Amino acid sequence: MSSFPWLTVLGAVPLVGSAVVALLPKGLAGRAREIALGFALVTLGVAIAAATQFQTSGGSGQFQLVEKHSWIPEFGVSYALGVDGIALVLILMSVVLVPVCLLAAWNDVPETGRRQQGYFALMLVLEMFIIGVFSSTDVFLFYVFFEAMLVPVYFLIGSFGGEQRHYAAVKFLLYSLVGGLVMLVAVIALYLYGPGGSEGFLIERLTGLQIDPTAERLMFLGFFFAFAVKAPMWPVHTWLPDAATEAKPATAVLLVGILDKVGTFGMIRFCLQLFPDASRWATPVIIVLAVISVIYGALLAIGQTDMMRLIAYTSVSHFGFMVLGIFAMTTVGGYGSTLYMVNHGFTTAALFIIAGMLVQRRGSKFIPDYTGWQRITPVIAGVFLLAGMSTLALPGLNSFVSEFLVLVGTFERYKAAAIIATLGIVLAALYILLWYMRTMTGPKPEQYAGTKDMSHRERWVVAPLVIVMLGLGVYPKPVLDVIRPAVNTTLQHVGVTDPPPSIGTTAEGSTK
Amino acid sequence: MHTLITLASSEPAATSAATGVTSYAWLLLAFPLFGAALLLFGGRVLDKAGPMIAVLLSWAACVVGVLIAISMMGADPSDRSHTLHLFSWVPAGTFDVNASLLLDPLSITFVLLVTFVGSLIHVYSLGYMEGDSDKRRFFAYLNLFVAAMLTVVLSDNYLMLYAGWEGVGLASYLLIGFWYHKPAYASAGNKAFFANRVGDVGMSIAIMLMFVEFGRTDFAGVNAAASQASEGILTAIGLMLLLGACAKSAQFPLQSWLGDAMAGPTPVSALIHAATMVTAGVYLVVRSHVLFDLAPTAQLVVVIVGAVTLLYGAVVGCAKDDLKKALAASTMSQIGYMMLAAGLGPIGYAFAIFHLLTHGFFKAGMFLGAGSVMHAMDDQVNMRRFGGLATLMKITWVTFGLGWLAIMGVPPFAGFWSKDKIIEAAFVGEGWRPWVFGLAALIGAGITAFYMSRLFFMTFHGKRRWTDDQHPHEAPLSMTVPMIILAVGSAGLGLILGPTGIITSWLEPVVGSAEGGHEPVLSVPVLTVLTLLLVAAGIALAWWRYLRESVPVVAPVGSLATRAARRDLFQDDINEGLFMRPGIHLTRSLVFADNKGIDGGVGGLAAFVGGLSARARRVQNGFVRSYALTMLGGVVVILGALWVVQ
Repeated sequence: MSSFPWLTVLGAVPLVGSAVVALLPKGLAGRAREIALGFALVTLGVAIAAATQFQTSGGSGQFQLVEKHSWIPEFGVSYALGVDGIALVLILMSVVLVPVCLLAAWNDVPETGRRQQGYFALMLVLEMFIIGVFSSTDVFLFYVFFEAMLVPVYFLIGSFGGEQRHYAAVKFLLYSLVGGLVMLVAVIALYLYGPGGSEGFLIERLTGLQIDPTAERLMFLGFFFAFAVKAPMWPVHTWLPDAATEAKPATAVLLVGILDKVGTFGMIRFCLQLFPDASRWATPVIIVLAVISVIYGALLAIGQTDMMRLIAYTSVSHFGFMVLGIFAMTTVGGYGSTLYMVNHGFTTAALFIIAGMLVQRRGSKFIPDYTGWQRITPVIAGVFLLAGMSTLALPGLNSFVSEFLVLVGTFERYKAAAIIATLGIVLAALYILLWYMRTMTGPKPEQYAGTKDMSHRERWVVAPLVIVMLGLGVYPKPVLDVIRPAVNTTLQHVGVTDPPPSIGTTAEGSTK
Repeated sequence: MHTLITLASSEPAATSAATGVTSYAWLLLAFPLFGAALLLFGGRVLDKAGPMIAVLLSWAACVVGVLIAISMMGADPSDRSHTLHLFSWVPAGTFDVNASLLLDPLSITFVLLVTFVGSLIHVYSLGYMEGDSDKRRFFAYLNLFVAAMLTVVLSDNYLMLYAGWEGVGLASYLLIGFWYHKPAYASAGNKAFFANRVGDVGMSIAIMLMFVEFGRTDFAGVNAAASQASEGILTAIGLMLLLGACAKSAQFPLQSWLGDAMAGPTPVSALIHAATMVTAGVYLVVRSHVLFDLAPTAQLVVVIVGAVTLLYGAVVGCAKDDLKKALAASTMSQIGYMMLAAGLGPIGYAFAIFHLLTHGFFKAGMFLGAGSVMHAMDDQVNMRRFGGLATLMKITWVTFGLGWLAIMGVPPFAGFWSKDKIIEAAFVGEGWRPWVFGLAALIGAGITAFYMSRLFFMTFHGKRRWTDDQHPHEAPLSMTVPMIILAVGSAGLGLILGPTGIITSWLEPVVGSAEGGHEPVLSVPVLTVLTLLLVAAGIALAWWRYLRESVPVVAPVGSLATRAARRDLFQDDINEGLFMRPGIHLTRSLVFADNKGIDGGVGGLAAFVGGLSARARRVQNGFVRSYALTMLGGVVVILGALWVVQ
């Protein structure tokens, strides 16, 4: 393995990009968007190059592409980066989605100038933090990125969002800060319980500690609370619909599609790995909360009349699935959850962006304002339907594989939970198809007959999403191969093994 | 009741890797899938050529199917089962599922049915959809359907079957709501999808159970492990599969979507909602016969579902004045017969598939005939507005007539050989069952004769009850030729495959055969005579009511029973009362509670601090401050905690 600092470079490109975009001289201000997109594409290129260095057979340790430098040795903080398969696929998902979002946000701030530059610079900064948060292998460094991410999102919502943007931005910030604060306590406590020293925050040093059960549980709860807020689980989900509906669609994609994944990612990386006993202790409650999220989010989505809020609630339901798969603590559930994180990023991006295209044309997020739009915007309708089918996990499309794996993995241990969650597939059909029916079918809306269908730019926005939704549905193997070692390692950390099938390993004639 | 002998004989034959022409079976999926993708993504440039491309690709798949069938016929019966590995689909640790195809007599039978009838209907659609501006989309969906349906029947595992299963559901949804500008049609599509999703819950749970119990989801693995499983588990799997089958095949209690599905263009009704997709449930049960053979309780439920549905559909069919909805009720009823046969075990499997085949021909033929009538009558579907069309639409009349004779089971037409076998099989057994199920099947035959004759007479005979300015005419060649071919099949297919024993011996390597000692409680000649007498009575009654007497243009109020049957025995009222309205109330109250309750409760603090921070924000750098303040607060709390702990 080369010693080239892939991850640092990967994070540096968007950071430099954001500085360049923000500080463009007047003469080049008109090119701010192109320059921002260019940097995002370079980031994508670097990420692909980095991914080629990744060995799917699993490297020597848990992490690959590692870098480590002492940062604040007095407090045991290191600048340590590295990825396992799970982090890598999430980073790849992010660096694909960011240019898509930039292109989707092309006309969000149409007039050139500082404001437009700021908007695009913020998104690039956010990309840097995203890469940082997924690749940190030092708990404190992770925490820094975890909290720092809030800043650009706060401004993206609060300065560029809709009418209620201030309320939504503050609500988002407060929820996140409360979660982050609780986590900070746990982070510091963890250091004290760990080996300490100048590298005392490294994940590898904090794995497999023997901690007093009560302290372990409290620390687990500290981390879990922060991640549950971020992943929006019931009942701490209520910030999400407001944030999603007030944010621009591109921001909503970055927020729901990528940032919220830090919650589920954190549960795997920190809750399960650092606090295995406490994780097993908390599992029953978390499974219940996850199942509630699945059903509750879906029911709420059915009842929405604002499309952006509807998408937000579908995500509450989908994050419920991800958490379910994580805490089922089976290999299959682990595959399912991780794949779900990736799929959900693309599918939700498609939904938000399509809804954004409609809102931009009709000037309303209110579903009853639409009818029969398939007749005037057939291409938008087609992509909408595809994204909708992916959301409801139609087999052949990406989400099906992940959702089914989560259900199977859960069923191995918690039959009742899996069966209840399976009912979510009926509800998913309801919220997607009723929404589609209300907006796209019915008589042609003559007063909007001149509305333009998808433009060339918009086709480029959705093309990667369409490719991924179809591609990962038919051939998810590449992603599954990349995450295989990480999924297995996680279960080893937790110290559980899959329940064997009733028949095949047991003696013949077994009547369970 | 199953004996050891029947068990042994129903073990599937060994399977080997595909070679020769069989190894090109992937083309069966690739041709129509390519067509669908090309037409959907190709854009307007393909508006003209697209439909023809779709037709050719469908025929191409048919040719591949025929070649494979021929090579299979040439092989020894013990060497007719092949798998074709395509690629690794979901390699997720212990849950490892391949995309691979199973080619055996059962699947190839379906391939022939789907591609042949499907291609004929593609051709028919060229004429039927000629004036429609969305023709390209229509043919893309048709090709998509063929690809998905072939996935259902060709998969060698339950997960991939499930993918095709939902694929056909998607195609069905898209085509039911094809004329989406009519809100009722769009709702009909949704209704079908929702009902099928309920069935999908069953499919999902069945597959999960298989994986957890057997560690496998492929047919071979599941079948091999099944004999070691407890009956309780097998019953659970069987019932869950049946739930999926009920939704897809419009069987009681998930039948309500099929009538509304007639909103789709008539070729769609013929292909998807009569000949192929709706029979997928029967395929599923027969394909899973090893499981069902070991779970008599599940089998009993299959038989009950079949018996109830065959009567339900028949009763509803008697009351409908809408030509297509009457045919839809008949489809439900006929699939009830197949389901009943499939639940009877080895004595019924082959006849379930046989009836499925013949039904695929005669019902598709009659739907195409109905389309031809609608074509001629400006899309009128009310049979009270038809009458006397026989002389003006001779080809439609004759082809429809052959379908009519076939479905009633008039010898020597197809239904006589397939349906009567089911009736005989239903009379086999001990105790109360043969009497109950046999009589249900027998009475169903009589009712079938009545409602089909009613339909036939009201449409083609009697006085002309047309609305003004209608000038019925025969359909163009592209429509009549498929009708003629299907009619030939309706007439002859039963005779060719039934009494010769071809169909039973062809399917024997897959489903086994009934080994001796299965005599019906009434002797076969007696049953045949009884059936024919009932059929004759049904025809006579229809003749009396709808030909001898004049048919009023406006339906009479009718008895309580008639009104109930017209309302599909209150299926929609029940669903609405039990599920829809409570569901709406639930979501509404939850939306209210989420906005007020949870947000208010959990977010109480947030709102409070939010107010503070909103004030703080008025100071230019309020955000930074509150952030710093929070950080500071955090540090204080931590230090305090540490002080307490140490």
